[in-house]
Amino acid sequence: MESLVKNDLITRPDISSGRVIKSVNTPDTLSTTKRLKRSHRHIRAENVFRRILIIVGWATVVLVAGIMVTLIFQSTLSIKASGFGYLWGKTWDPVRDIFGVYPFLLGTLLTSFLALLISIPFSFAVAIFLGEYYPTGWVSNLLKNTVELIAAVPSVIYGFWGLAVLVPIVRSFESKIGVEPVGLGIFTSSLILAIMIVPYAASLGRSMIQMVPSTLKEAAYSLGATRWEVIRSVVLPYTKSGMFAGIMLSLGRALGETMAVTMVIGNTSLIPKNIFAPGNTMASVIANEFTEADHPVYLSALIELGLVLFVVTVLINMVGKRLIKGFSKE
Amino acid sequence: MNVQVKYRIGKSIGFQALVILLSAACVVPLIFILIYIIQAGITKINWHFLTNLPKPVGETGGGIANALLGSTIIILVASVIAIPFGILCGIYLSENKNSKLAYWSRLCIDILQGIPSIVIGIVAYFWLVKPLGGFSALSGSVALAIMMLPIVVRSTEETLLLLPDSLREAAFALGMPFHRVILKVLIPCGISGILSGVMLSIARITGETAPLLFTAFGNPYLSTNVLKPMQSLPLLIFNYATSPYNEWHDLAWGASCILLIWVLSLNIFTKLITRKWKVQL
Repeated sequence: MESLVKNDLITRPDISSGRVIKSVNTPDTLSTTKRLKRSHRHIRAENVFRRILIIVGWATVVLVAGIMVTLIFQSTLSIKASGFGYLWGKTWDPVRDIFGVYPFLLGTLLTSFLALLISIPFSFAVAIFLGEYYPTGWVSNLLKNTVELIAAVPSVIYGFWGLAVLVPIVRSFESKIGVEPVGLGIFTSSLILAIMIVPYAASLGRSMIQMVPSTLKEAAYSLGATRWEVIRSVVLPYTKSGMFAGIMLSLGRALGETMAVTMVIGNTSLIPKNIFAPGNTMASVIANEFTEADHPVYLSALIELGLVLFVVTVLINMVGKRLIKGFSKE
Repeated sequence: MNVQVKYRIGKSIGFQALVILLSAACVVPLIFILIYIIQAGITKINWHFLTNLPKPVGETGGGIANALLGSTIIILVASVIAIPFGILCGIYLSENKNSKLAYWSRLCIDILQGIPSIVIGIVAYFWLVKPLGGFSALSGSVALAIMMLPIVVRSTEETLLLLPDSLREAAFALGMPFHRVILKVLIPCGISGILSGVMLSIARITGETAPLLFTAFGNPYLSTNVLKPMQSLPLLIFNYATSPYNEWHDLAWGASCILLIWVLSLNIFTKLITRKWKVQL
């Protein structure tokens, strides 16, 4: 080691690049041995750290693959027992081992699309309000934060509030229009879901509208367009794919929502006759019956329902994410 | 001005009014819910409510101590699992932007974010409840940790990508090893973003009920054993709100009020600290 010190200069091998680096040996630098030891230690720690990062990266992949494998593996029993009739079968009767999930598919689609239909005008209005009319100022700040808080309220609280407040209101409305006044049902669930999913499309739409180049808008204004005409023929066409992505994300959220819907939908396995009738969604069936499933085929049928839900929501989310990515690249 | 121009201007003003009206209408349900829950719940909350166990049906009084303690334990265990894992994964994604593994990992995080919470409950049931032979708080924590993960990973990754490259280059130029550059320079610089992601993820799982239905399951007694069933606030609200007894509804209103205040204050607090720290950055 002593031979490395020549005329105030320390030559030390830089292990990462293989070259020899010369540096001035000031009195307070560490001795060469210590320095070498330390850089060895650092390199070892560095390698360990890099390895940990790679393991963690793999772990996420393994986690998602594991979730998929678990769902598929556990639902094989039901897939074998019911086959394709599972999706179109109209009766769900666990006692007689008949598992057809058509009523739940219908219930899920009805609640989600009805909720989407109700929420779209509101979420677009918020997006246009915040993105175009009032992008800054305390009013828009307040609105933005309040709308974000809507997404933060736990779904079980929406469900409880719906049970206590919305159900009686819907019941009196139903007796007025002459359908069976139950209160619980698909319409009530859609109302609750509509409130819950407004923030998703709204916040995405806002950021998309803010990305519209001002030159485009100014060109339209200079041609004499009014504000509404600029929004209709410049802003909305430009943000079309982004707005659609927002709708997809809202839909994905609505399809998977469990607790609020379970509490107000009424939970019957019959095919809903109209939008005011009680029903069940895929998620609410799982929530209600999973712990009661007493034989393997029943349990497996419920897991297959989870698998269907998983595949559908993942596809919808992927499409939404792709659209957003495509839009931001433009 | 001719009639047509007036008509077009009128239409424009009408649309603006409609937008303002609909936007204002969005806030109304939230305000209604807040007022209703707080009105119904605040009168039930007192010291007795916070420190006692729920009474059986037919007796008035009782509290939700078991749910408060259970929620805290379940969330703590979930955070211990998810936060280090999520931050490390975020570091990996920001350091290896273009590697193949990063692409797949990012895709998986996207998928995780979209999985309905009830499906995660099913998976946790098969991973932990069945092998361990019974419902346990630990399995609930694992389910919630899976739900936290995407938020923590995303916020870490995005925060680290926002930091200027010169910061990293300066640290490397001083001869700092890779792990110290990240742990001692980049993480402290981006701590506000990472922390806000962590807090948001905690706020999100605090209110989650669906994954706990078949994992933590609920427990009417005080329990601190993570291998046994445990009560949590959202589970208690769900069970008591759907029961036919008025005494239990009262408990559920009180619990809802506490849960709502807990979650909303966590959200608002997160917003405030990120705003404060962004100014300093």
